[in-house]
Amino acid sequence: MAKSIDVSDLDIYYSDFLAVQGVNMTIRARAVTAFIGPSGCGKSTFLRSLNRMHEVIPGARVEGKVVVDGQSLYDPMVDPVAVRRQIGMVFQRPNPFPTMSIYDNVLAGNRLNSKKMKKSEADAIVEKSLRSANLWNEVKDRLNKPGMGLSGGQQQRLCIARAIAVEPQVLLMDEPCSALDPISTSAIEDLIHELKSDYTIVIVTHNMQQAARVSDETGFFNLKATGEPGHLVEFNPTKKMFSNPDEPSTEAYISGRFG
Amino acid sequence: MTTTKSDLDAAPAWATRKAGGGDAVFKGTAFASACVILLALAGVFVFLSLKGAQGFTQPTEVYQRGYGDSFIGYVLPLLGGTVIAAVIALIIAVPLAIGIALVITQYAPPWLASPVAYVIDLLAAVPSVIYGLWGGLFLAPKLVPVYQWFHDTLGFIPLFGKVATSGRSISTAGVVLAIMILPIITAISREVFARTPRLHREAALALGATRWETIRMTVFPYGRSGVVSAVMLGLGRALGETLAVVMVLSPGTIFTIDLFSGSNTPSIAANVALKYSERSPGTLEVLIATGLVLFVMTFVVNFAARYIVARQERKFAV
Repeated sequence: MAKSIDVSDLDIYYSDFLAVQGVNMTIRARAVTAFIGPSGCGKSTFLRSLNRMHEVIPGARVEGKVVVDGQSLYDPMVDPVAVRRQIGMVFQRPNPFPTMSIYDNVLAGNRLNSKKMKKSEADAIVEKSLRSANLWNEVKDRLNKPGMGLSGGQQQRLCIARAIAVEPQVLLMDEPCSALDPISTSAIEDLIHELKSDYTIVIVTHNMQQAARVSDETGFFNLKATGEPGHLVEFNPTKKMFSNPDEPSTEAYISGRFG
Repeated sequence: MTTTKSDLDAAPAWATRKAGGGDAVFKGTAFASACVILLALAGVFVFLSLKGAQGFTQPTEVYQRGYGDSFIGYVLPLLGGTVIAAVIALIIAVPLAIGIALVITQYAPPWLASPVAYVIDLLAAVPSVIYGLWGGLFLAPKLVPVYQWFHDTLGFIPLFGKVATSGRSISTAGVVLAIMILPIITAISREVFARTPRLHREAALALGATRWETIRMTVFPYGRSGVVSAVMLGLGRALGETLAVVMVLSPGTIFTIDLFSGSNTPSIAANVALKYSERSPGTLEVLIATGLVLFVMTFVVNFAARYIVARQERKFAV
């Protein structure tokens, strides 16, 4: 079910403001692709354009092509709702639905997608998703407690369980660990390693060690200059990125000599 | 805290210096304002209780000028009229207000949303006498065919009896009240809907929820307590509104659940306004006593609303 994503000549706008310009890349299936770069360089914006979440902000739009499995996501015939059902997303801050139990949170996406589910079927999806998210053992005795009662790291894993419960083709993660402590971060990173055998994963991170640890390929985004749009500076296998990057500015950023 | 004078003397100057007098002045003013409100409310209650107490035990003929033989018999039909008009108003206004608030906050583009919101707010600024005139003279006759349709199709339900030809029935009063309470319910619902955290909305959208599903999953659960208080405020206004009801309703003397009858009893507030100038002995006391009943009822409704809101908030705070 994992699919690759082809992006060509993608320009991303907020109204008239060009935020990201001219991105070309191929994101491999069943691999982890990380985006790094300074704040405000457009990497989250780019990530959100991959499942059409960018356009929920009034005035936001894109030009160019994003093709998943031969289907252009921005084709006028394509329903953004259908895109988001195929390409799941995990956000920077854990956002379980506050009025729902752990159980209902996991099933939130499935209940949207489908007709009535049998109780046994629903139970199976909940258990499978929570197991995949390495959360099952911690919550199996309190599935009917509110999702907000969990710790931050647990909430984030609950959100991952919710995203994978609908078996998407791609999982986008927007700085999923930036609000978490190191132990929870490590739990999520382990999880990313396990999930990549089934999913195409794209992760935005501020933490370069994290990119180096979890990803197979890395894209470095930067602003061309202050006030100019962001762009993709370099896109290479992570090993190469962190040992012998093509661009001097990538090396400067990675080694902390950024300025 | 047992700080002796010598302790203070020993402390360095920066630790003991008071931070400006402005703080104390502001605190005093704010505190005084709060007390004035409480005093005013208590004053009203004391007045109603003292004067109204005599209204409970008047000779039978005083009550017979109204609607029954005793105070209960006098006030119950009025209470019924009050409640029926208010309930009709809520049934019409609440779905409409929530719908408008949703359109303004979730669906409409900004260029449409702000003028609509503005116009709705403007409805609140129209004096009730205008609504009364409009409702009694213009709206009431126009509603007669609607009532007739209800009577023809659903006439077997006792609510939809014979239609008064003038249309000046308790249901018309309810419709006018609905328009009057629409702005406040809309305004508050709009506020709470607009404050739905982006995080929650995006969680739903990213799962592939449609706009309506997003509203059901995030906007409604988040805004529920706010909408309840909005409805309660609207209800408070509907219960107490006087002038519009007086002008729309042709008051009768018998209480009936027939919504279209031209002879239903008015609401408590409208009755006070109607009878206030009669000045026959004892009437005033009885009117004040009915006012006390309305006052207590408004309080009960408000406390019930506060209780519901507080309970909802506790549920959110995990």
